[in-house]
Amino acid sequence: MTDRPPLVALDGVNKYFGSLHVLRDVTLSVGRGEVVVIIGPSGSGKSTLCRSINRLEPIDSGTIAVDGVPLPAEGRALAALRADVGMVFQSFNLFAHKTILDNVTLGPVKVRKLPRREAEQRARTLLDRVGIADQAGKMPAHLSGGQQQRAAIARALAMEPKVLLFDEPTSALDPEMINEVLDVMTSLARDGMTMIVVTHEMGFARRAADRVLFMDGGRVLEAGSPQEFFDNPQTDRARDFLSRVLHH
Amino acid sequence: MSVIADYQDELLGGMLTTIQLSIVTFPLAFVLGVLLSVLRLCPVPLLRAVGTAYVEVVRNAPVLVLIAVIVFGLPEVGLTIPLFTCVVVGLSMYFACYVCETVRSGIRSVSVGEIEAARALGLATSAVFRTVVLPQSLRSMVQPLATIFINIVLGSALGAAMGVHELTGTVRSVNLLEAQPILCFALAGLGYLVMTLTIGHTAGVIERRVRVVR
Ligand SMILES: Nc1ncnc2c1ncn2[C@@H]1O[C@H](COP(=O)(O)OP(=O)(O)OP(=O)(O)O)[C@@H](O)[C@H]1O
Ligand SMILES: [Mg+2]
Repeated sequence: MTDRPPLVALDGVNKYFGSLHVLRDVTLSVGRGEVVVIIGPSGSGKSTLCRSINRLEPIDSGTIAVDGVPLPAEGRALAALRADVGMVFQSFNLFAHKTILDNVTLGPVKVRKLPRREAEQRARTLLDRVGIADQAGKMPAHLSGGQQQRAAIARALAMEPKVLLFDEPTSALDPEMINEVLDVMTSLARDGMTMIVVTHEMGFARRAADRVLFMDGGRVLEAGSPQEFFDNPQTDRARDFLSRVLHH
Repeated sequence: MSVIADYQDELLGGMLTTIQLSIVTFPLAFVLGVLLSVLRLCPVPLLRAVGTAYVEVVRNAPVLVLIAVIVFGLPEVGLTIPLFTCVVVGLSMYFACYVCETVRSGIRSVSVGEIEAARALGLATSAVFRTVVLPQSLRSMVQPLATIFINIVLGSALGAAMGVHELTGTVRSVNLLEAQPILCFALAGLGYLVMTLTIGHTAGVIERRVRVVR
């Protein structure tokens, strides 16, 4: 991965909420097709890091570039960049007043200016890919959590993003629905999608990640292959965290 | 019962005037209220203060006082406008405050997560407002706006105090001639009931059509 230019590059990123220092000198580069899983205790800054990459959270210092382009401050340029960075949220955040199909076509029609017909065709293909083709005409509230999250993934994919960000995509799901979402994510990873995934699902990390980052107190304390990290964590913090999450 | 037959035209005319007052006032109050809510939600402190001051001052005065100020105040500054218009202006200014607060809470009821999802798709701020915020908040505002409309209909009775011959004013005049207060005012009540039930029913139909299931 190192011989290719990074798709996402963070350099010396710092972020404060008031006096709380939530990201401390974070430097990270994610290559094309790479799947990076971020784990760490609650409050360690995982969501903030994830959200800073499409500037849902502005940062205080450092630089973030996507595909070589530094994040624009505001306005049209930022919107254009966000169109290339897909995001999947913990609470799905489907548009409650639109059908599943319309949720998926909204971005392509309004942002990419795709003709509706074409957008719908593509949306149906994507809904089929995530296994909910039969739900296209329903309102989000009428779907199970797992189906809603898969619709949200289809909505993000419809923009043909360069990279997909996931912030705890399965944390709001009942256990029996977690796997249907993880399966979709695993298959995306296999197909070469660049992904940055905040998750507590260690099985997914082992299976799909190229690299695991361990965060604590706003810092990236460890970064390595899943095998290195899970079998031989370097820091006490990581060992402690792993012993807690793996033994419950 | 002969009152009804004898004064049929007057009574219908009064009712028509009430309907006209309400139908002109509601959209004006709506537009003014939306503008006020934009002021109150806007990031510029001065504009926000203007919006807040308007709502606090106007909402806390009795409507009748507000209308009286317009009826008697405007000629003082050289503006003579018809009584009907004065009542419309007073009611609009007053009920705009309620529209403003309704719009504000409607907008606040839209899920922050959905707004973020729309931004994350690459929609510009104005597009986020048009495609997510506005459609959802309008849906949640149907019933409160209908309540405001009903209050406008009932509030238009204050026109009587200013000499506008709307329903209440007409009934009062008829009663002065016929001395049948119970019949006369019951008749007025019935007229208002027909109008307000119509509004309530229509709002119910609209609401069922556009409701957002969560
Ligand atoms: N909008 C905000 N305003 C103030 N503080 C915030 C805000 N968002 C997050 N924080 C704080 O910043 C720190 C990092 O939060 P963040 O959500 O990034 O953590 P996280 O690693 O995602 O945690 P979790 O596993 O609980 O989701 C926390 O202490 C949190 O309380
Ligand atoms: Mg989080």
